Amino acid sequence: MFDSLSSRLEGIVKKLRGRGRLTEADVDEMLVEIRTALLEADVNVGVVRNVIARIREQAIGARLSEALDPGQQVIKIVNQELTAMLGGETLKISYASRPPTVVLMAGLQGSGKTTSAAKLARWFKSQGRQPLLVGADLQRPAAVEQLRTLGRQIDVPVFSEPGDPVKTAKRGLAEARRLGRDVLIVDTAGRLSIDAEMMEQVRQISKVVEPNYTFLVIDAMTGQDAVGVAEAFHSTLAIDGVILSKLDGDARGGAALSVKEVIGRPIAFASTGEKLNEFEQFHPDRMAGRILGMGDVLSLIESAEQAFDQDQAQKAAERMLDGEFTLDDFLDQMQALKKMGPLSNVLGMMPGMPKEMKGAEIGDDALKPVEAIIRSMTALERRKPELLNGSRRARIANGSGTSVGEVNRLVKQFQEMQKMMKRMGGASRGGKKGKRGLAGLAGMQGLPGQGLPGMPGMPGMPGQGMPGGFPQFN
Amino acid sequence: MSKARSAFTGALVRISTRTGITSETWVELEEALLLADVGVRVADELLAGLRAGVKAKEIVDPMQLVTALQSEMTARLAGADRSLHLVAGDADSPNVWLFVGVNGVGKTTTIGKVAAQQRAEGRTVLLAAGDTFRAAAAEQLATWAERSGSEIVRGSDGGDPSAVIFDAIERASARRIDLVLADTAGRLHTKSNLMEELRKVRRVAAKGKGRVTEVLLVIDATTGQNGLAQAREFGAATMTDGTGVTGVVLTKLDGSAKGGIVFAIETELGLPVKLVGVGETIGDLVPFDPAEFVDALVQIS
Ligand SMILES: Nc1nc2c(ncn2[C@@H]2O[C@H](COP(=O)(O)OP(=O)(O)O)[C@@H](O)[C@H]2O)c(=O)[nH]1
Ligand SMILES: [Mg+2]
Repeated sequence: MFDSLSSRLEGIVKKLRGRGRLTEADVDEMLVEIRTALLEADVNVGVVRNVIARIREQAIGARLSEALDPGQQVIKIVNQELTAMLGGETLKISYASRPPTVVLMAGLQGSGKTTSAAKLARWFKSQGRQPLLVGADLQRPAAVEQLRTLGRQIDVPVFSEPGDPVKTAKRGLAEARRLGRDVLIVDTAGRLSIDAEMMEQVRQISKVVEPNYTFLVIDAMTGQDAVGVAEAFHSTLAIDGVILSKLDGDARGGAALSVKEVIGRPIAFASTGEKLNEFEQFHPDRMAGRILGMGDVLSLIESAEQAFDQDQAQKAAERMLDGEFTLDDFLDQMQALKKMGPLSNVLGMMPGMPKEMKGAEIGDDALKPVEAIIRSMTALERRKPELLNGSRRARIANGSGTSVGEVNRLVKQFQEMQKMMKRMGGASRGGKKGKRGLAGLAGMQGLPGQGLPGMPGMPGMPGQGMPGGFPQFN
Repeated sequence: MSKARSAFTGALVRISTRTGITSETWVELEEALLLADVGVRVADELLAGLRAGVKAKEIVDPMQLVTALQSEMTARLAGADRSLHLVAGDADSPNVWLFVGVNGVGKTTTIGKVAAQQRAEGRTVLLAAGDTFRAAAAEQLATWAERSGSEIVRGSDGGDPSAVIFDAIERASARRIDLVLADTAGRLHTKSNLMEELRKVRRVAAKGKGRVTEVLLVIDATTGQNGLAQAREFGAATMTDGTGVTGVVLTKLDGSAKGGIVFAIETELGLPVKLVGVGETIGDLVPFDPAEFVDALVQIS
């Protein structure tokens, strides 16, 4: 639905190629797009304002790295900032010396408290604890019945009695002590943060059970209001951590960032499905990419930086632009690509990659025959593929366990690629790009949104269709 | 704390106290719209229109600017058919209203409220407990049946929801009941198997004697930009003869959220907002009033 940030930045980035540093104007232009992306992800307006200011500070004058283009560089800064904001202190559960450890669940109506309470109980069980659930939502019809059913499914007892939620909570605590349960999870009715009476009620519940942990349950689809809600609950209850529910949908989940920023408490758990085991501890690094709508683009950028040997890139780039790019270089680049992880992962990490391609369709197997063919060539043949006549091709096919057709295809695609390189080389020198332009070409500049990181050797793929540039084998 | 609060939630429009229209006025206005969840695109578009007005000197002070924004928004919401459709026909052919939406938005509660209103208007109502997934969902609906004086048909937990709804319609037909309100399990619009299930529910609901005259999408006022995707996907899944979702119910407008996403849903996807939930009790349901909604969205302080 939304354009990915990388594709939004693409146009801006094109203009910046070959520059050594980002100017204020460059950064501001990019920040407009980043702001939009954050707002579309439901990050609160005020929080966006703060984040943008911090990113701006870091990005202006940042030295451009050799391996990344300016867009990637800024995205990397944004991602680091968001990850830092989402992460930081993690919530580590320590158990009360005098059991039970009491956990209080709070939040708006329909945010997912009851399901989360049961999931949490199951999680505590998996940690070797013996929880008791208390149904103190006496407001919504059949809420207690729902909790009892869930309790049965996970084999955790549920205590509740009709009447007053504060009393029920208090009796639940006594019940946990009597039964020797070492964790008590109190589910409460959903309430509006502006409902003074109901907020007072939950404060009373908190007072009688004296929770060790109070969790605020927030729906991942929440918009701007998340901030006000979190502030109100935090000032009433002193929230210890947040449970982010319904994260299995396609909401970008900017609310997580907003809430973390304004109450400063960690996001402890994420609920990722209706099944009771679909509940996990929160991973801030994944969330940042999600908010940006960019998959794991950052891990791609990072692995590219690691895998890519700069010297080699530089040399390859120069040869490439002189039209001297050989099949040996091609093989080297393929090795570099392989270091980045299984090819299907690499593709999966690419923003803007069509869904169909994110699967496992491009196995590393796709590269194997290419490798085999090149390895079956002599050194001379690798440098001068024009030598490859019919009998040489037959020999290579035989040696690599492929067919002549496959060899033909590879050679043809390689030659086309070479031609394109030459054109690019000419263009780039005509535009008097400096050295950095060359390294950039050899490096990552195919990104973002354009398909594969433009590894030299790979850039045969015009535009989006990355695998198109690969020699194709059926 | 209260300071921080005003930084994030209080941007609303001090504009009117200023004398001239400054760049800050625009920032405040934009932020006010964004804070109400109307979305970046809609906000930009609305402001672009106003900028033209300012340039042409039709708008000269901040107060006029806010008023112009409000009337533009109200105008965009004008003319929609917000009535709940009931087709009169054979006594054994009940109207069927289907309630759909993601988890926890207020489908079941809204059904209880709608049932009470329809009963008050003298119609007989039967509730179909089509949420066979969520624990105790049928119990919850049964409470609303009792409160509203409606009948209820329930299936077995974990059973086939379309079978329950089909049975409910047959029962309503046999008993000459006017209106069937069909509950469905909450589902994320990204779960293809559950959306497929909904497709079947929609199909089956029209198979017997019933006539599906409303498919109401329930949207929680706290919903952010994801609401648009919800509207699109639920619309697609219930699409029958060119009509999918026939209207939106905006719930929980009694809270602090403004529900601006329904402005985008109505103006971009053409789905009229018909009802508004303003509380948890049976009477807390009112018709959608565009002017009132817009006033609350862009408040002048
Ligand atoms: N404050 C408020 N709460 C509501 C409203 N509508 C529903 N709720 C609450 O939202 C929660 C979820 O409602 P429910 O009907 O079970 O949602 P469903 O999962 O979509 O069927 C319940 O606690 C309801 O009481 C409303 O208009 N205002
Ligand atoms: Mg329900």
